[in-house]
Amino acid sequence: MSLRDGPFGDIRVPLTWSAAAALVIAAIIAAALLLGDRRETMKAGAYDTARRAVDAVAGPVGGTISAPVRWTHSGLDYVRGYFDAVSDNRRLRAELAQAQQLRDTLAAVQVENQRLRAVLDIRTDPPLPHVAAETIFDSRGPFANTRLANVGRDHGVTEGNPVLSEHGLVGRIVGVSDHVSRVLLLTDAESRTPVLLVRTNGRAILAGDGGDSPKLDYIRSAMDLREGDRVLTSGDGGVFPRGLPVGTVVRGFDGGWRVQLDSDAAPIDYVQILLFTDFAQLTDERALTPKDLPTAMTEEPSQSILAPTATNALAPRAEKSAVKPGGQGARLNARKSAGTAPVAAKTLASSVKAAAAAKPKPAHAKPAAAASQP
Amino acid sequence: MTAPTIGATRPLSPFGWLGIPSLIAVGATVLLGAPIRIFGFALPEPVLPLALAFAWALIRPSVLPPFTLLLLGLFLDVIWGGPQGLWPLCLLAAYATVLAARRLITGQDMIVMWASYGATTAAAFGLGYALMTMGSGDAPSLLATGWQYLATLLLFPFAWWLVRRYEDADVRFR
Repeated sequence: MSLRDGPFGDIRVPLTWSAAAALVIAAIIAAALLLGDRRETMKAGAYDTARRAVDAVAGPVGGTISAPVRWTHSGLDYVRGYFDAVSDNRRLRAELAQAQQLRDTLAAVQVENQRLRAVLDIRTDPPLPHVAAETIFDSRGPFANTRLANVGRDHGVTEGNPVLSEHGLVGRIVGVSDHVSRVLLLTDAESRTPVLLVRTNGRAILAGDGGDSPKLDYIRSAMDLREGDRVLTSGDGGVFPRGLPVGTVVRGFDGGWRVQLDSDAAPIDYVQILLFTDFAQLTDERALTPKDLPTAMTEEPSQSILAPTATNALAPRAEKSAVKPGGQGARLNARKSAGTAPVAAKTLASSVKAAAAAKPKPAHAKPAAAASQP
Repeated sequence: MTAPTIGATRPLSPFGWLGIPSLIAVGATVLLGAPIRIFGFALPEPVLPLALAFAWALIRPSVLPPFTLLLLGLFLDVIWGGPQGLWPLCLLAAYATVLAARRLITGQDMIVMWASYGATTAAAFGLGYALMTMGSGDAPSLLATGWQYLATLLLFPFAWWLVRRYEDADVRFR
């Protein structure tokens, strides 16, 4: 029996109502997706399969579309080179003279640099491995500023890797497929980058807003800012290595401080992806969560840990705690157990009081040592 | 004068008024995403499905356009790398606005229609702006939003063509 033959066969729902119902359902789905979105978490699982699949398809398509235009540009550059040969020659001669002066200066600075390094015994940063890539798709809207680069997991690229153009920092990797990776640009509305100002060593957060020049937020010593100040990555938080060139401080239309990005100096066609594993990735959150808590070291109420003398009781325990393997996890456990074991804390407090009464020493020194005990 | 009959109208196949425009929008979005600069300027990045949301609501109320817009919005989010669900909500908001004001807009002059399209697009961008502000905790650039809005506004002829092509396809929805 079909639906029309049943008791509901004569019910006719107006099309506008059915369209509205469909609209509501679709809107609920969209809202659920938006609430569940994890674009910015920068973890391996956050970049879902759908995005990976679309990136994998969009990569070759974007490459194919942009290739003929690049060839045309190359051809035009080749022809233009003949017409500009004379003026180029003059300009290059002038640049050569300038470069020779710079070379001499550079040699002097290098010598000075070597001496200073030897004096200070500064260790140079380990050279970071990198891969070169070509950007093949570009989104420039106010709500998303990303690019697709044509290298992926097959080249060792992972989430969080910094991306540079020939002039400066471009952004970082937020999604990786086998052959394609998604670059979140510094201009994206969700991009936040810790930076430092070279002249003052002040710190700030570079916050993208979809425009060409990201804002400087949380500026320490904002009064000292000047237009033209150089901005580098500060390395705070461990996402970027310290010292990558970012741009120059400028005044925005709104009167706020913004950064004219170095990477804007030329099209971001070719980029360099530093295979830099950020500190956040090295930290395994699950490893930090204590799996096997140390046994509760509560004292029996009848006995004091400070008996017969306070120093004898505390010193061996401090040594034991210091050599105990587990590093930060162990310290976290110690803090946690100190905070969640009222019996132990109470016992320790009473013991410290007893110690303070037994031996006249500065009272604040002992509680600090005692508080680190589990 | 005889009343028009259903048989005298052109058939309104879903592929014709939904499928082909969707494919055009997807193709054009991918094409305009090429990282090319012409005379130092990047290509414009209009939101093509907004023109479809406007036209589809005027052509006829149906169950299919909201879900097609949902898919198109998800495509935009994925291809542009934005927050998932942002553009579906914006497109559906535009569709809902036009659907609610359908009787007022249908049959108007081109200028009035363009103004309606501008208002609808502004509502969609406004919603997107508000959602992004809430999501990232910082307001997106008004200048960048304005540029994309302007590029989308210039797509009205596409929406107009679609409306003119299909609005008389079914006399029940005149």
